[in-house]
Amino acid sequence: MNEQQQTLWGFMVQQSDKLLTQTLQHIGLTFISLIIAVLVGLPLGILITRKKNLSGSVLGIAGILQTIPSIALLGFMIPLLGIGVKPAIVALLLYALLPIIRNTYTGITGVDAAVKEAAVAMGMNKWQVLFKVELPLAMPVILAGIRTATVINVGVATLASYIAAGGLGEFIFGGISLNNTNMILAGAIPAALLAILFDFLLSLLQHLNLKKLKRAAIALPVLLLVMASFYFIPSAYGGKLTAGFTPEFMGRQDGNLGLQSKYGLKIRTIVISDAIMYKAAFEKELDVISGYSTDGRLKAYGLVILDDDKKIFPPYYAAPIVREDALKKFPDLEKILNMLSGKINDSIMTDLNYRTDYLHQSPERVAKDFLIAHNLWQPKRGGNGSIVRIGSKIFGEQYILASMYTMLIKGYTNYNVATKTGLGGTKICFDALTNNQIDLYPEYTGTGLLAILQPTQKAIDALAGDRDKTYIYVKNEFEKRYQIKWLQPIGFNNAYALMMRKKQADELGVKTISDLKQYLERK
Amino acid sequence: MIKVDHLSKSFGKIKAVDHISFEVKEQENLILLGTSGSGKTTTLKMINRLIEPTGGKVFINGENILDQSPEVLRRGIGYVLQNNGLFPHYTVAANIAIVPQLLKWDKKRIEHRVSELLEKLHLDKTYLNVYPNELSGGQQQRVGLARALVADPPVLLMDEPFGALDNITRSKIHAEFKALDELKRKTIIMVTHDVQEAFELGDRICLMHKGKIIQNGTPTELLFRPANSFVKDFLKEQRLQLEFKAIRLNDIAPLPPEGGAFDLHGERVDAGVALWSVLEQFKFTKAEGLSIINHQNKKIGSISFEELMAAFYQYKKHQPHE
Repeated sequence: MNEQQQTLWGFMVQQSDKLLTQTLQHIGLTFISLIIAVLVGLPLGILITRKKNLSGSVLGIAGILQTIPSIALLGFMIPLLGIGVKPAIVALLLYALLPIIRNTYTGITGVDAAVKEAAVAMGMNKWQVLFKVELPLAMPVILAGIRTATVINVGVATLASYIAAGGLGEFIFGGISLNNTNMILAGAIPAALLAILFDFLLSLLQHLNLKKLKRAAIALPVLLLVMASFYFIPSAYGGKLTAGFTPEFMGRQDGNLGLQSKYGLKIRTIVISDAIMYKAAFEKELDVISGYSTDGRLKAYGLVILDDDKKIFPPYYAAPIVREDALKKFPDLEKILNMLSGKINDSIMTDLNYRTDYLHQSPERVAKDFLIAHNLWQPKRGGNGSIVRIGSKIFGEQYILASMYTMLIKGYTNYNVATKTGLGGTKICFDALTNNQIDLYPEYTGTGLLAILQPTQKAIDALAGDRDKTYIYVKNEFEKRYQIKWLQPIGFNNAYALMMRKKQADELGVKTISDLKQYLERK
Repeated sequence: MIKVDHLSKSFGKIKAVDHISFEVKEQENLILLGTSGSGKTTTLKMINRLIEPTGGKVFINGENILDQSPEVLRRGIGYVLQNNGLFPHYTVAANIAIVPQLLKWDKKRIEHRVSELLEKLHLDKTYLNVYPNELSGGQQQRVGLARALVADPPVLLMDEPFGALDNITRSKIHAEFKALDELKRKTIIMVTHDVQEAFELGDRICLMHKGKIIQNGTPTELLFRPANSFVKDFLKEQRLQLEFKAIRLNDIAPLPPEGGAFDLHGERVDAGVALWSVLEQFKFTKAEGLSIINHQNKKIGSISFEELMAAFYQYKKHQPHE
C-alpha cells in the first residue's frame, strides 16, 4: 500500500528519468512544429498583405484547421503519415498556423500608412520596405501571435502521446487510465509550467523596446532551434521489433512492468493510444501491441494473441457494477442486468466487437441483433418512470453492453434510461459512479482489482490469477469501501494480451511471450 | 526643370487628375493650391511615382521619369509628408540618414551632413539619439525636412508639410523656411489648401479644381487678373492680407540706386520681400519709415509708413481687376 500512497514529489523523483525524457520531448515537439509554423506562416502572412484578395481564403482555411478537434486531426494524420513524430508535428503545426498568419497580417497592415509612404518615397525597394520598416514595426504583434501559438502547442502536444510521439501526455493519459493522480499531476504540472514559462519568456521579448528588438530577432531563431533539438536527445535507441503499448499498459504490474520483471522482456517500446494501435500493427508500423483479447480488430487485422505462459495477465471478467443506493431506488434493476449473465463468451464478444469496430455496424444494431437471436428482446414499454443512468468507457465493447442494458431496461421495466457513453477511462467512469453522476457501468474484475483497489503485491499473488477468487475479492472490497455492487459476470474475459501479426508470428515461430523474448535475445 | 505634360490619373471612373500641364523653373517654388479632392496631392505623387499616371508624361531635366527606375528616381527627390512619416523605430539621426544609407555614403560623410543639417534647422545635437515620439510636432516636422534635404536633391516635393502644426509653430517654421539657404537652391513643388500659406511661400501658384488647373500664375496675377469667378471667389477671404503678401516692396517703391538698399532701423530689407513682412517689421521697431541708403551706406532718402500705404493703394488702382 505504501507504494501507492507515495507523494507526488516521491513519484516525480522515482520517475525522474522518464519525466526528463518526456519534458524534453514535449519541448522539442512544441518548438519543432513552432519553427515550421513560423517558416510557413510568416511568409504566408506577408503574402496576403500583398495580395489582399487571398487574405480571406488563407485566414479562412487556417481558421477551419484550428476548429478541428485535436484528437480527430491526429487521427486523420495516421493514414497519411503513420504514427510517431511526423503526424504529431504536422498536427501541431496546423494549429500554430492561424495565430501566426493572422498576427503577421494584422501587424503589417497596421503599420502607419504615412511611414510606409515615406519609406517608398525615400527610394527604398519593396524588400527594404519589408525588412527595414514593415517587419520591425509589426514585430510586437507578430511575436504576440508566436506567443499564442506556443501556448496552444504546449497544450496540444500532450495529445501527441496518443500517436506514439511521446511528451508529457504519456503521464497524463497513463495516469487517467491507471487512476493514478500522482502520475496525472506529474505530467500535467510540468506541462502547465512549460506553458507559463514560455508565455512569460516570449512576453519579455515582446515588450523589449524597438532598439533591442533587432538583437532579439536574431536570438529567437537560435533559441527555437536549440529547443527543437531537445526532441532528438532521448530517442537514441533501436531494436529488432517495435512494441506499441498504451499509456495504461506501460504503468501496470499486469502490463509492461510485469513483462519486464517476470519475463525479462526487453523491447523497443513506444507509447500509443489504443484507438490506433491495432491499425498501426496492421500497417507494420508496430510489431507487438498490448491489445484486449476480445477486441474485434484482432480478427479484422489478422492479429494473433501470444500465449501468456507465465500468467502475468490477471482475468478481466466483465460485469456490471452498480451503486447500492441505485439498486434500492430501482428494485427491478438487478434482475434485468443479470439477464445477460453467462450469455456472452470470448468468441461471441470478439464477433460482436468485430461487427462494430470493423464492419462499422452501430452498437445499437449489434446489441439488438444479439438480444433478438437469444430471445431476450422486447419492444419498448414506453414507461415514464425514473431514469437509470448508464455509463460506458470509450470503446466499442462498452457501447454494445450499454446498448443491451438500455434495451433490456426499456423492454422489461417502466424505467427510463439515460446513457453517458464514451467516458474516457477507468478513473473518469469510476469517479462518475461514486459521485452519483451515473448509476452503473460495465467493469472488468482485473481493472477493479489493479486500477481501483490497488492492493499489495502479496494480496494479488494470493489470488493467483484465479477467476472466481478475483471476482469474490473485488465484489467484497467494493461493497466495503464504496458501497458498489458487482453483479453476475457476463461471461467473457477481456484480458490484456500481447499480439502480433499472424504472418509475422508464424514466420518468426513465436507463439508465446517466452518465444518472443528468446527471439529478441537472439543475435 | 520640371515639365508636366498632359498628365492624367483615373481611379476607376473618377478622373482625379485630368490632362494637366505646367512647368516649374529651376529654383522656383510652385504651390499646388486647391480644396480636398482637387487632385493636387495626386499630381504631386505622380512626380515621384508614388502614384503611376494613367496618361501623360513628366520630365525632370528633360528626362522622362517613367524611363528611370522608381527607386533611383525617388532617391534624387526630397519628399516631405504632412504627418512627417518618420520611422518610429529609428532615432532622429537614423531617420535623417535613410537616403544616404540607401546611396551608400560612408559613415563619416553621413555624420557630418546630419549634424550640419541639425544646426541649420535649429535642432539641438542632443536630439540625435532620441526617437521621434519624444519630439514636439514642430521638431518632428523639422526632422522630416532634414530627411528630405540630406542628400541635397535638386527637387523637393512637399505634401501639406505644415498642415498638422498649430498657427504659432507654423508661422515660425514659415519664417525659417524662407530664410533657409538650402531651400533657396531647390526647385520646390508644394501642395497646400491654405491660401495664406500659398501666398506667403509661393513664387507661383497653380490653382486646381476637380483635377484641372484653373489658373497658373504669380500671386499678383491670381489676385488682380483672375481667370474666372472661381479664382476670384477662392481668394475672397482675407483679401487684404493676401494683397499684402502678394505685392512686393519693389512693386510699389522706387528702387534704391545701384549698390544701395532699403534700411529699417538698421536692418537691411530686401527689395523683393512681400509688403506683409515689411509691415510686420514695422510693428517691432519704432521707425517712422524706411530709409533708402546708397552704396556708401549713406541715407539718401526715406519712405514713411503713410507713403508706403498710399503707394500700395495707388498700385492696386492700376490693376485691371480693381
